Amino acid sequence: MSTSEIAAEAHGHDQGGHGSVGFYWTIAGILGVITAVEVAVFYIDALAPALAPILLTLSAVKFAMVVMFFMHLKFDSKVFTVVFLTGLSIGTFVVVALVLLYQFLPRLKG
Amino acid sequence: MSDTAVAEDHHYTATGLPTWKVGFWTFLGSECLFFASLISTYMVYKGASTTGPFPADVLNIPLTSVSTFVLLMSSLAMVLALDGVRRGDKRLASFWLAMVIVLGGTFLGFQVYEFTHFVHEGLTISGNVFGSSFFVLTGFHGAHVTVGVIWMTVLFIMSLRGKLTPAEALKVEIAGLYWHFVDIVWIVIFTLIYLLQ
Amino acid sequence: MSAHNNGIWSWITTVDHKRIGVMYFVTALVFFVIAGVEALVIRIQLWRPENDFISAETYSQMFTMHGTTMIFLVAMPMAVAFFNFIVPLQIGARDVAFPRLNALSYWTFLFGGIFLNSSFLFGAAPNTSWVAYANLTSSQFSPGHNVDFWLLGLSILGISSIMGGVNFITTIINLRAPGMKLMRMPLFTWMTLVTSFILVTALPVLAVALILLAFDRFFGANFYQPMAGGDPILWQHLFWIFGHPEVYILILPSFGVISDVIPTFSRKPLFGYPIVVYAGIMIGFLGWGVWSHHMFTTGLGPIADAFFVASTMIIAIPTGVKICNWIATMWGGQIRFTTAMLYCIGLLAIFTLGGLSGIMHASAPIDLQQHDTHFVVAHFHYVVAGGVMMGLFAGLYYWFPKVTGRFMDERLGKINFWTYFVGFNLTFFPMHISGIYGMPRRTWTYAAELNIALPNMLSTIGAFIFALSALILVYTIIKSAISGEPAGPNPWNAATLEWSIPSPPPHYNFAEIPTVRSREPLWREEERREIEAVTLKVPDVEPVMPNSSYMPILLAFGVALTWGLVMTGKWWAPVIGLSYVGVCILMWAFEDPFARKGA
Ligand code: HEM
Ligand SMILES: [Cu+2]
Repeated sequence: MSTSEIAAEAHGHDQGGHGSVGFYWTIAGILGVITAVEVAVFYIDALAPALAPILLTLSAVKFAMVVMFFMHLKFDSKVFTVVFLTGLSIGTFVVVALVLLYQFLPRLKG
Repeated sequence: MSDTAVAEDHHYTATGLPTWKVGFWTFLGSECLFFASLISTYMVYKGASTTGPFPADVLNIPLTSVSTFVLLMSSLAMVLALDGVRRGDKRLASFWLAMVIVLGGTFLGFQVYEFTHFVHEGLTISGNVFGSSFFVLTGFHGAHVTVGVIWMTVLFIMSLRGKLTPAEALKVEIAGLYWHFVDIVWIVIFTLIYLLQ
Repeated sequence: MSAHNNGIWSWITTVDHKRIGVMYFVTALVFFVIAGVEALVIRIQLWRPENDFISAETYSQMFTMHGTTMIFLVAMPMAVAFFNFIVPLQIGARDVAFPRLNALSYWTFLFGGIFLNSSFLFGAAPNTSWVAYANLTSSQFSPGHNVDFWLLGLSILGISSIMGGVNFITTIINLRAPGMKLMRMPLFTWMTLVTSFILVTALPVLAVALILLAFDRFFGANFYQPMAGGDPILWQHLFWIFGHPEVYILILPSFGVISDVIPTFSRKPLFGYPIVVYAGIMIGFLGWGVWSHHMFTTGLGPIADAFFVASTMIIAIPTGVKICNWIATMWGGQIRFTTAMLYCIGLLAIFTLGGLSGIMHASAPIDLQQHDTHFVVAHFHYVVAGGVMMGLFAGLYYWFPKVTGRFMDERLGKINFWTYFVGFNLTFFPMHISGIYGMPRRTWTYAAELNIALPNMLSTIGAFIFALSALILVYTIIKSAISGEPAGPNPWNAATLEWSIPSPPPHYNFAEIPTVRSREPLWREEERREIEAVTLKVPDVEPVMPNSSYMPILLAFGVALTWGLVMTGKWWAPVIGLSYVGVCILMWAFEDPFARKGA
């Protein structure tokens, strides 16, 4: 490992203040609570019509929190964001496009 | 893990970023497409099975909620382990690495239980297309967790032997990126497969 | 020092990007000859109506292996050969980001190629075309091992490509010389970057399509089996979600090559550099939104059809923009008609024609007539055999002096180009006509009543001229490598960094890493002198380069072995291979690439 890497590493660690243990526990706590809410929403009949949007939003929040805080993307170089988001956005596009094609635009029969 | 970069010998990278980390984030971008394709497959086949068992017959929400929680907490253990390595605290690092292994192993245990239980209920990879797409998607996720557990075990041994000095934190950081990635894939799977039946 | 010795082991264990580049090229050239022979067999069979030179089964194997080989074992690896040799030199790096991983990519590719072709020895060559539509590929309709060889071989190659993509993205992001800002990078490096992003994103989709097929065939899953709720069309979706980005994986490297070659031989900077860069990036993204233009005949319905018609037409725009840029670069320049330049101009002409036929079947109603006819065969050979391959050969003639220190023979080169140009057009132009007349693809013979004997005869004659051209090329390469005229560091008077170092380059590339201050550093007198002062000198102490390693070939072998064992259909067999792979990975992880020998 090169000196420059270590330097970059130590540098990244000092700034941003994301390294504090308490912060990590807080994030984990929030993630746990959201998961509990998700499961609760699943069991509450009254919310059934809005189930999909609620759950998709909640899981997107969890997803984003893990990526931003546990994987440090929020505090790290933009380069990592670019290479990761390229894959993530194309992947999301593929899922959405296929679901649209199959579940909402059924093929002609016959 | 020491396959670093020719950058090493001239001590210079264009961005100032560790080469390994750039490569690994790129790889994770690639993995997004892998799981996106598997998830798409599951999604387009929702409701397509002609014979049972169907999702509502077998999926066990309370059980999976617990295993989801376990995996989330393993991510916490992971960041704390990295924090321990950076502080140069060998005992702290080893403890939290062990926790990652234990929690990851527990998650896998849940999955093994779930799979065997489903097979008993008649859900198999060849029975209907729900079985095919469920087992292949969650199976590949499980395989990723397994690789992660092996990786963590190697790091754990290195940590016990005092090989994970703060200068080596990058190794743990990258393993951590992998681990969290596997976790976020599960966040998506839990919602799309289990909660949105 | 390993890098100085030349024995066979030094090549097998090398991690030097230049040697790996040469190995990629030579291997691709061998596969080019093999796939060319397959093409000739196809053309002989189609020489006259109702011919019986080969059986229908053999014909299926020929066109399947021809297509698969040309795309995955010729066009892609030949581009990767240039990524390897040229990109580190263009950005001022001593090697790629992960040298051992790079060697691993090569060996995985080689073993994947051998795996695929070994099917011939078992009389079970793949026979369901390079697109292998479900559910023809199911165990029910393809009981032999043919499809197994195809899907396993291809997935090995996919792994190689993904590793290569990660490596080149990292290299280009992180290993640029001081001052080599993104917007100063040579266009070839730019297009390598875009291509690498497509590689790492598109290949996983193919991997999943293949995994699902493998589960269907080996473990009785139902992904493409309608009886249990599966859908054969899903294969087409996944395949083309990969497949259309794949065609840009093929063409963008060639676009990169000619964007460097045309300015050199026109003595003018590239016209509208940023536009060419942005158009390339745009193509990379838009390429994801057009895949269903391969599936108009599956009845997607009017809304989906309309969307894909529109997106397909839109994507032709950035491509057209680039073509205008190249023409504008030549405009008013002092053009030198070297062989490399001829290939560039050939690409412009031929690729544009291919783009035009593409626009024709971008329209769904027209495509309903043209789909699966020889018209489509004509289209994609104009863009691939005309566009992609001409670009790569332009690169060959252009960079050969850098690689070997010798010029390619220009006289033979001109013969090579003109036979290529004539042979190519004679082979593929008539297919537009036979296609319009309704000659189907992938069908081993045709009826005399179709009235297409003449175009087919012309095609077959053209194919032999084309093959002759390929032979001339191989001969020219060998002859020039041995006895070509010596070339200096910058024989073409080109502008980019790879021409600032000796030809062939020393194993460490740059004695000292230069600092770059502009887009055409060697065309600015002062900057050139500064750079050459550090790049042409002989260093007092040679820079330390990573050691050679056995791990890449051992690990690549493990991958091929594991995949081969899948074919046994026993779940535990690949586990044996996987354990071997696991051991290799651990040994790899703990090998120190910079450990000093004997220390
Ligand atoms: C102007 C840009 C282009 C357009 C509008 C276009 C359009 C199309 C369409 C609509 C098809 C489907 C035809 C059918 O099967 O009925 C097709 C097939 C094909 N295109 Fe293109 N194309 C373009 C450029 C390219 C390029 C740049 C390449 C490769 C470098 C390429 C390679 C192919 C291949 C290989 C196929 C045939 C696949 C197969 O069925 O085996 N095309 N193109
Ligand atoms: Cu296409």
